[in-house]
Amino acid sequence: MITLTDVHKAFGPNKVLQGVTLTIPSGTSMVIIGGSGTGKSVLLKSVLGLVRPDKGTITLDEVDVTRTDRDAFLARFGMLFQGGALFDSLRVWENVAFRLMRGPKALPKPQARDAAIEKLRRVGLKPDTADLFPAELSGGMQKRVGLARAIAAEPEIIFFDEPTTGLDPIMAGVINDLIREIVTEMGATAMTITHDMSSVRAIADTVAMLHGGVIRWTGPVGEMDATPDPYVQQFIHGRADGPIESVR
Amino acid sequence: MIAHPLASLLANLGRPVLQALAALGRVTLFAGAILGHILRPPFYLRELGTSLLQIGWFSLPVVGLTAIFTGGALALQIYAGGSRFNAEAVVPSIVAIGMARELGPVLGGLMVAARVASSIAAEIGTMKVTEQIDALVTLSTNPLKYLAVPRVVAATLAMPVLVATGDAIGIMGGWLVGITRLDFNSATYLKNTVDFLEPWDIGSGLVKGAVFGFIVALMGCYHGMNSARGAQGVGAATKSAVVSASVLILAANYILTEVFFTS
Ligand SMILES: Nc1ncnc2c1ncn2[C@@H]1O[C@H](COP(=O)(O)OP(=O)(O)O)[C@@H](O)[C@H]1O
Ligand SMILES: [Mg+2]
Repeated sequence: MITLTDVHKAFGPNKVLQGVTLTIPSGTSMVIIGGSGTGKSVLLKSVLGLVRPDKGTITLDEVDVTRTDRDAFLARFGMLFQGGALFDSLRVWENVAFRLMRGPKALPKPQARDAAIEKLRRVGLKPDTADLFPAELSGGMQKRVGLARAIAAEPEIIFFDEPTTGLDPIMAGVINDLIREIVTEMGATAMTITHDMSSVRAIADTVAMLHGGVIRWTGPVGEMDATPDPYVQQFIHGRADGPIESVR
Repeated sequence: MIAHPLASLLANLGRPVLQALAALGRVTLFAGAILGHILRPPFYLRELGTSLLQIGWFSLPVVGLTAIFTGGALALQIYAGGSRFNAEAVVPSIVAIGMARELGPVLGGLMVAARVASSIAAEIGTMKVTEQIDALVTLSTNPLKYLAVPRVVAATLAMPVLVATGDAIGIMGGWLVGITRLDFNSATYLKNTVDFLEPWDIGSGLVKGAVFGFIVALMGCYHGMNSARGAQGVGAATKSAVVSASVLILAANYILTEVFFTS
């Protein structure tokens, strides 16, 4: 279980998180929605320790994340970055197998490569992409390689930062199914950021909406449509008028 | 409160001094962290190999060209200066000493600073702004160890070799000019070069080279890792890396020369 309690983060005068409190039970899929620039990516990075909150606590299984053994902690996570963040000096398969080839349980190269090709297949990429460099791929393909890398070591907890942005609707469907499968079949805990309402409905057990630096609304995905909260209603229906300003 | 003019002058002087000291402190901590990682596993030998190739092998042309022209110009200048008191015969030995002690390491260092500090800073800076450094962390890989250590070790090892090559090519440049333009006899020129050159003339230059190589890679990595966001951030990091590496090389050269040659 991941809990965030009163998490604050500012970059200079830009107060991004202003008291986020949220609980993600193990084995469930939480989807974070919210306008762009509201701090969703910063929220995920705070849990991983890539961004240091100014105030508040974040715990994983009741242990403060700043007081754990970093290596053991990170070994439980996989993360898909919003921009893919592939290593452009390494081939696609080396990116995917990066973690598999390192550490005490490192696989030999041929096995790591086979495992990488299998993960690439799961995100809808052909084996011949394995030997390309990231710069030779389209944006959507890079995103899927990033996804394959995030799930390669079969982590317990996976963060997906906008997994379907830049994908065609069919590929987005494939990725939504994959994320759902990872949660239901492998029992992983997932935290996904997305703007795509069909993704939200396909992936989420629970939904949380970040707005104004706090969690504006959170609840089971089934209750999302019925909530009277005007912010949630404006967001899920994509209306220009409403309490969320269109100039932010 | 009305500020005293002297106080505001002092404040204006003090602020950059304090900022410079703070930056020096951060660089020192960064260097310390890198040194602390060098001997602790895991070792990324493949990255070290790539860095050696990038920093050492591919810098040979630029270092060689710099050296040959410098050696040639040096021969002309020393000949012109020496002829004022009938001491043209010193050309071979002064060219050799000048190249080995000063110009080989300093010009080689500056050229490598331009070539290598910039590319390291741009590469690591781009990795920083495209979240590749964050991705390394989430994949349980220490970015300092994976990115900075191989580059710093490679530059420190490769620079002395580059300096030695530059010395040889520079001396050859002087010799070429000596025998074609200055009427030196080839055998005499070479004999004078060898007879008056002492091992420490060369050794001190190689030690300087190692220090300059360390500085170049350190500045490239430091500014890359601390790059601000966006293309402008990477551009600024690259510029700072080259400028700071160059200035630090010249400053370190003065200090090392004091230490090595004044007693
Ligand atoms: N490293 C950083 N330095 C300064 N500002 C940042 C940094 N990371 C994010 N921000 C700012 O925090 C805000 C939220 O960013 P982000 O979490 O990426 O938004 P989103 O909700 O679209 O993912 C933005 O205003 C962004 O400019
Ligand atoms: Mg984001």
